[in-house]
Amino acid sequence: MRISVEIKDDIFWVGALDWSVRDFHGYSTMKGTTYNAYLVKDDKVTLFDTVKKPFKGDLLHCIYKVVEPSKIDYLVVNHVEPDHSGALPEIMEAIKPEKLFCSPRGKKALLEHYHREDWPYEVVPSGSEISLGKRTVQFLETRMVHWPDSMFSYLKEDRVLISSDAFGQHWATTERFNDEVPGGELMQHAAKYYANILLPYSGLIQKLIAEVQKMDLKIDMICPDHGLIWRENPLQIVAAYDAWTRQISKRKAVIVFDSMWNSTATMAKAICDGLAEEGVAAKMMDLRVDHRSDVMTEVMDARAVIAGSSTLNNNMLPRMADMLTYMKGLRPQNKIAAAFGSFGWSGESVRMITKTLEEMKFKVINPGVSLQYVPAHEGLRQCVELGRDIARAVKAEG
Amino acid sequence: MQKYTCQVCGYVYDPALGDPDNGIAPGTSFDQLPDDWVCPVCGADKASFEPE
Repeated sequence: MRISVEIKDDIFWVGALDWSVRDFHGYSTMKGTTYNAYLVKDDKVTLFDTVKKPFKGDLLHCIYKVVEPSKIDYLVVNHVEPDHSGALPEIMEAIKPEKLFCSPRGKKALLEHYHREDWPYEVVPSGSEISLGKRTVQFLETRMVHWPDSMFSYLKEDRVLISSDAFGQHWATTERFNDEVPGGELMQHAAKYYANILLPYSGLIQKLIAEVQKMDLKIDMICPDHGLIWRENPLQIVAAYDAWTRQISKRKAVIVFDSMWNSTATMAKAICDGLAEEGVAAKMMDLRVDHRSDVMTEVMDARAVIAGSSTLNNNMLPRMADMLTYMKGLRPQNKIAAAFGSFGWSGESVRMITKTLEEMKFKVINPGVSLQYVPAHEGLRQCVELGRDIARAVKAEG
Repeated sequence: MQKYTCQVCGYVYDPALGDPDNGIAPGTSFDQLPDDWVCPVCGADKASFEPE
């Protein structure tokens, strides 16, 4: 789709659809994504953000449908990450704007990405406003949502919040609004986005939400830089973020594992039995088929994480090392945890996984189960017991 | 002097360098930083720092 969409009077979506991307810096995007940019027609024609470099033609194409690109007066860079600024050098050439607005950290990041001292930077402190003619834009610094340079642009009179990476979803659709797609699937994409991109900054985001609530901004529409625009009940996504920042968990456990010859997989099943016997929901995530980013979506609202790996060459399996490194970086909080795994002759994996779980400040409530070669009845009974033990701890927390 | 690390983004406050962009002179210990000083990278408050 390379058409502009008027989302409100004289405010246009002019972004690009990326149907083919499946790996977004290590996050699986099985349904592609969009790079949203917005164009406002006013006395000062203003473009908010650009797109990933290979899509610069799509962006220009959409802009042309609204206005001749050289007529653009202002360019606002809400976020410097290359999926939103990659096309900037070419777009700057095409439009030669009078001013390029960015946050203080934004200018620094732009210089460090594109090395252009000659661009007409206009640094806007948080809370400051500019007039486009009939409209006022207010800027709000939103550091770490999702880089230090990030900011929101709020179109006051239109009650439109251009929210950069916040409230986005990786989902390529020709539909542009939340009310045009199934809500359940949309929320699932939004949750995956939060779990994999924003989770480590939950504390800062909680403060930001409180700050925005205090400002009492009137919001009719939230326009993120990825995915669908929140038009119908836009505050539902703010409420969801509020819950995710608090890392509120359910009575649920995630069993994440990798296995060489299925012994560890068999152990995982037995642990799942123990959880089920105690009435706690469990999600089995097999790293041979499940992607790390889907595991994180499940981990976000789980109360317990049980991680298992066979021992390979005195180590855990590489996919588990990958998973734990990724999980550690995303800093999920308040998890109950334990490890398990099978081994041939040395059996280091359970100890190593346990150590990492402790480093993540998870509450390791059980020394874990480590079994040699192929588990027999007695070993599997220990696994069922581990599942029950975890389930009891999960239930004890409400 | 003791360095402090931001637990949100990993920035390290080094008293020998201070934070000149935000008016903090080199030689200012972490304790001497004003209460409203925030991490120059991510904006986290002083309480988000731990000794390196």
